Amino acid sequence: MTKTIKQIQQGLAQKKFSSVEITQHYLDLIESHNPSINCFITVTDELALQQAKTADALIARGESRALTGIPVAHKDIYCTDGIRTSCASKMLDNFIAPYDATVIAKFKQDGAVMLGKTNMDEFAMGSSNENSFYGAVANPWNFERVPGGSSGGSAAAVAASLAPAATGTDTGGSIRQPAALCGISGIKPTYGRVSRYGMIAFGSSLDQGGPLARSAEDCAILLQTMAGFDPRDSTSIEQLVPDYSEHLNEDISGLKIGLPEEYFAEGLDADVARVIEIAIDEYRRLGAEIVDIQLPNSKLSIPVYYVVSSSECSSNLSRFDGVRFGHRCNNPVDLEDLYKRSRDEGFGDEVKRRIMIGTYALSAGYYDAYYLKAQQLRRLIKQDYDRAFEKVDVILCPVTPEVAFKQGAKTDDPVSMYLQDIYTLALNLAGLPGMSIPAGFSQGLPVGMQLIGNYFDEPRLLNVAHQYQQVTDWHLQTPELK
Amino acid sequence: MTLKNEDVRSIAQLARLQISDSAVVQLTTDLSNILALAEQMKAVDTTGVKPMAHPLDAVQRLRDDEVTETNQREKFQRIAPDVKNGLYRVPKVIE
Repeated sequence: MTKTIKQIQQGLAQKKFSSVEITQHYLDLIESHNPSINCFITVTDELALQQAKTADALIARGESRALTGIPVAHKDIYCTDGIRTSCASKMLDNFIAPYDATVIAKFKQDGAVMLGKTNMDEFAMGSSNENSFYGAVANPWNFERVPGGSSGGSAAAVAASLAPAATGTDTGGSIRQPAALCGISGIKPTYGRVSRYGMIAFGSSLDQGGPLARSAEDCAILLQTMAGFDPRDSTSIEQLVPDYSEHLNEDISGLKIGLPEEYFAEGLDADVARVIEIAIDEYRRLGAEIVDIQLPNSKLSIPVYYVVSSSECSSNLSRFDGVRFGHRCNNPVDLEDLYKRSRDEGFGDEVKRRIMIGTYALSAGYYDAYYLKAQQLRRLIKQDYDRAFEKVDVILCPVTPEVAFKQGAKTDDPVSMYLQDIYTLALNLAGLPGMSIPAGFSQGLPVGMQLIGNYFDEPRLLNVAHQYQQVTDWHLQTPELK
Repeated sequence: MTLKNEDVRSIAQLARLQISDSAVVQLTTDLSNILALAEQMKAVDTTGVKPMAHPLDAVQRLRDDEVTETNQREKFQRIAPDVKNGLYRVPKVIE
């Protein structure tokens, strides 16, 4: 039984099942399959059933809100009041968040039930979910493969039907890439659309929260809850939130879809390319016009991204010092020893590498050559997109150069792992919204298709994705769990 | 850009990370490889290009200087590693 949010909403409204029943159903599945998939760090079963009970009372009284009684899992990067929020790091293994992130508060306000906190790459740094203090996550389609990262636990939980939907965050592809590798749908909204308050910061000028779910239609429902101006996030954009479900059914004939030639060039797996070509043909049949475009500076997005994000990470993660919360080393001899050993013990290898790269890039004498240069190139990357959107409505390209790779295949070489993000990074640098939806299979593993929209054009992205999902059934495929 | 072991030790000191001698060699290789990747940026001339700090070129919002958050000292101190008399304790800083 794989249910969408839409189906659960209908089931609850028609009293086919109660929220307690559907919540228990997911909790049972989590109990059976989480030991092998490891997609949850914390399961909040008691709280979930309590919230479900409250939801059932509200439904009985006819006081349902948008997500009343709907079970959702949250990436363990969002602070949850009274519940461990670890960011998959030993540093925060003992951290019971003292407040709710705005996103969590919004889900609560709309009546959602929290199933638990999902596994991820430590501090959202990684593309395989292998950098977690709580162990790697298995791809539900093939347990020897990675689910992608950093929202790997969220993507695996939804793909394995252990949750109908989950939240994620995307700094350089962390929603889209795991959604692609696990065969589900996910949207990274425009920078500033979803509040970052209480979402543990990695690269503040890039981080953006969004949903992972079974369909574009479900993403629209979830984004409705998540999006909105928040005075507590200084980078939140003060702009009205449109009705994301309103335009889903609009006809897309005449839509101009741009194919960036740089994203179909060398490095893209031939079979992944074949799957994407078939998806493009589907859009032609839906009446879309396919246009070739160029994003010449996109090739620089990997170095620019790793300089910008690592610099911001080194600054953001300086708050973890073993003084006010988080891990503290035993018997420090002096304050400096306390800082240095607490941080060495609390952070994993990838996090330390990025802190050090960022520290170096921001240090005296190197700032201009690295951070400033990267910020200048960032503008050139954004301008490429500005020019493209003068000609087209949306951009279509692959999400990843290949399907889910084997666990351990890239862990010894950080740079080879970074190259996995080639098609997803530029969008974060530009601050644009992007989606990943399932487009088929290669070697028995899901292939994702990326759709990129102009600023605040999420309604159109969801519409374009939904129309594809009306004529294909890739998003309905689910892995068979042993 | 090739780093030396001493460079990595001084970066670690700036970042307040205790790095063991055994880890320095591998880190020097890894960080040098990442910086080699960053060197690709040099290929493009960016003279006169305005650095982009915010994707939408937004600036920090200002608000009235009013107290909007409540004091939650006890809640925050409950998750601290070491507190006494409402204060966070650290090793002696001043002799």
